[in-house]
Amino acid sequence: MKLINYTLLYTSIALLFIVGGWAGIFYVNMLDEIYDSIDDGLSNSKLLIIKKAQTDSTLLHKKYFGESNYSIQQISAENVSAVRDLYKDTLMYMDHEEEYEPVRLLTTTFSVSGNTLYELKIISSMVEEDDLIEDLLYAVLWLYVVLIVSVVVVNIIVLRKVWKPFYRLIDYLQQYRLGGESDKVPVGTTVREFRLLSETVSVLLERNLEVYNSQKQFIENASHELQTPLAISINKLELLAERSDVSEEQLQTIGHVIQSLERLTRLNKSLLLLSKIENKQFAVEETINFNGLVKKVMEDFIDLAEFKEVKLVCHEEGELVRYMNKDLAEILLTNLLKNAVVHNVPGGTVDITVQKDSFTIVNTGAPKALNEEKLFSRFYKESIEKGTTGLGLSIVKAILDLYKGSVTYTFSGKHIMVIHI
Amino acid sequence: MKILIVEDEPDLLESIAQSLEKESFLVEKAMDFDTALDKLLIYEYDCILLDIGLPNGSGLDLLKELKKENRKGSVIIISAKDSLDDKLAGLDLGADDYLVKPFHLAELNARVRSVLRRKKFGGQNTVELRNVSIDFSARTVKINKADLVLNRKEFDILTYFVSNKNRLVNKTSLAEHVWGDQIDEADNFEFIYSQIKNLRKKLKDHNAKIEIQAVYGLGYKLIET
Repeated sequence: MKLINYTLLYTSIALLFIVGGWAGIFYVNMLDEIYDSIDDGLSNSKLLIIKKAQTDSTLLHKKYFGESNYSIQQISAENVSAVRDLYKDTLMYMDHEEEYEPVRLLTTTFSVSGNTLYELKIISSMVEEDDLIEDLLYAVLWLYVVLIVSVVVVNIIVLRKVWKPFYRLIDYLQQYRLGGESDKVPVGTTVREFRLLSETVSVLLERNLEVYNSQKQFIENASHELQTPLAISINKLELLAERSDVSEEQLQTIGHVIQSLERLTRLNKSLLLLSKIENKQFAVEETINFNGLVKKVMEDFIDLAEFKEVKLVCHEEGELVRYMNKDLAEILLTNLLKNAVVHNVPGGTVDITVQKDSFTIVNTGAPKALNEEKLFSRFYKESIEKGTTGLGLSIVKAILDLYKGSVTYTFSGKHIMVIHI
Repeated sequence: MKILIVEDEPDLLESIAQSLEKESFLVEKAMDFDTALDKLLIYEYDCILLDIGLPNGSGLDLLKELKKENRKGSVIIISAKDSLDDKLAGLDLGADDYLVKPFHLAELNARVRSVLRRKKFGGQNTVELRNVSIDFSARTVKINKADLVLNRKEFDILTYFVSNKNRLVNKTSLAEHVWGDQIDEADNFEFIYSQIKNLRKKLKDHNAKIEIQAVYGLGYKLIET
């Protein structure tokens, strides 16, 4: 959920309660005030009518409300209610409305010349509560909508302005690649929290970069340091194998040890190559024609392919020319082709299609898809093929990353690698 | 022929020396910059194997010194650094070849033989072995004066064996020499067997007095019959 929507959700829920509560309290208070004022009016009328009735006895015979708002009836002493002034809400038929309307009714008793008791009823027309509630509801709704709209507008402006450094930082982090070329972390803001965030991120990235670099350096140094002991071991064993007093059985053992050491050498070389690619140590670049290179590399694999009974075919649908390091271009093709041939089946095929901006390698092999996610990670091996380092496709990936290319793997009976470069 | 090995790792130095002595070369050793410089200035060598990383100096500086003195010896740089910059610098300074550690002794032999051939024989770059004559420049082979037609790989295999005659040639070393570094690890190099079989058959058909023997578990060996 976007920050703006999130804020809006909570603000609107909060506002609903606040405005709702406020409307309730306002309604009750207002109604109270209205009753108060009507009752005051009724009380005032009462005093005026009673005063007039003392002098003008015709008033005492006005038994019905008629055209005015009061009626007077003589009552007996037993019927006098305990409450002197009784205010109550009631309904009365209104001619002009042609329906019963709510009215406020004041019932009181008074006496004229000491002993005759009269009951006086005064009415005052009342607020129509349902109309009031309806009006109030509309007013509150409008207020609510206006508030929400203001919140949205303010939020948008505030988010755009205040959160700008935050979004800039997010953009920066999205584009950040460890070990890649990046600008400095954007800081330009006066908001303390954001500046702190930028600075913290900056420190974090720097520390990561340091660890990453020292790790890269470590791999490279370790690989270099391993070369000499490996050289000594292999060469000593080669000399040992040439001695006349070595039995055939011992010779075989020596052979196995040499093979293991050779494997170690290849692993070492591959790791060194990977770290060199990542360190961008292949600076010399030239124009590479992949069509020609594919044919050359295929030529190198002809013997292996024949041995494995695999058919290599090249289809040229366009000319792929790129400016890059020649060794890397060759390593890229070699590793891909080697995989396609080595992990093939007798009687299988490898089809290489070169197009204007990509090339595709389709090969037969194991009848199930490979794990696409792990395929390009280091030391991942799908098969138990002996002697492979598990680094070939990592190297492919590293080279393509270096030149901002891509490789995708799909399976549809055959294994398909599409390389964009 | 005299060869100087400049290498600071005693075990490696010893192995290389032993291997070259088997080839009947006269081998001298130097383990640091100053010893190497002394020897280089006093004696003439046909070939110098030069490690770049030396205590108290760089092999590249020795190479500069050598070229300044206008010495004729061929130089092969042996380095633990498979770095293009070093390689280019070395070759620019006049080194004849560049070999990265670890290497197979057979590969070193082939390289040494190759630079020596290029220097010594002038235009005529041929090697005779019993009734087999190999012209390295023209890349042709004659057996009893009759042409033996070989494809590129068969020729490379044969010359590699000839450079290492009577020596054990590891099949990885052979594969890397003929098919290049990149072919490594491919199915344990079983595929080179068919190439060897073809070559053997051709040699036999032409009554060559050399033979490629299999050394079970390790590789092959070329012997004179």
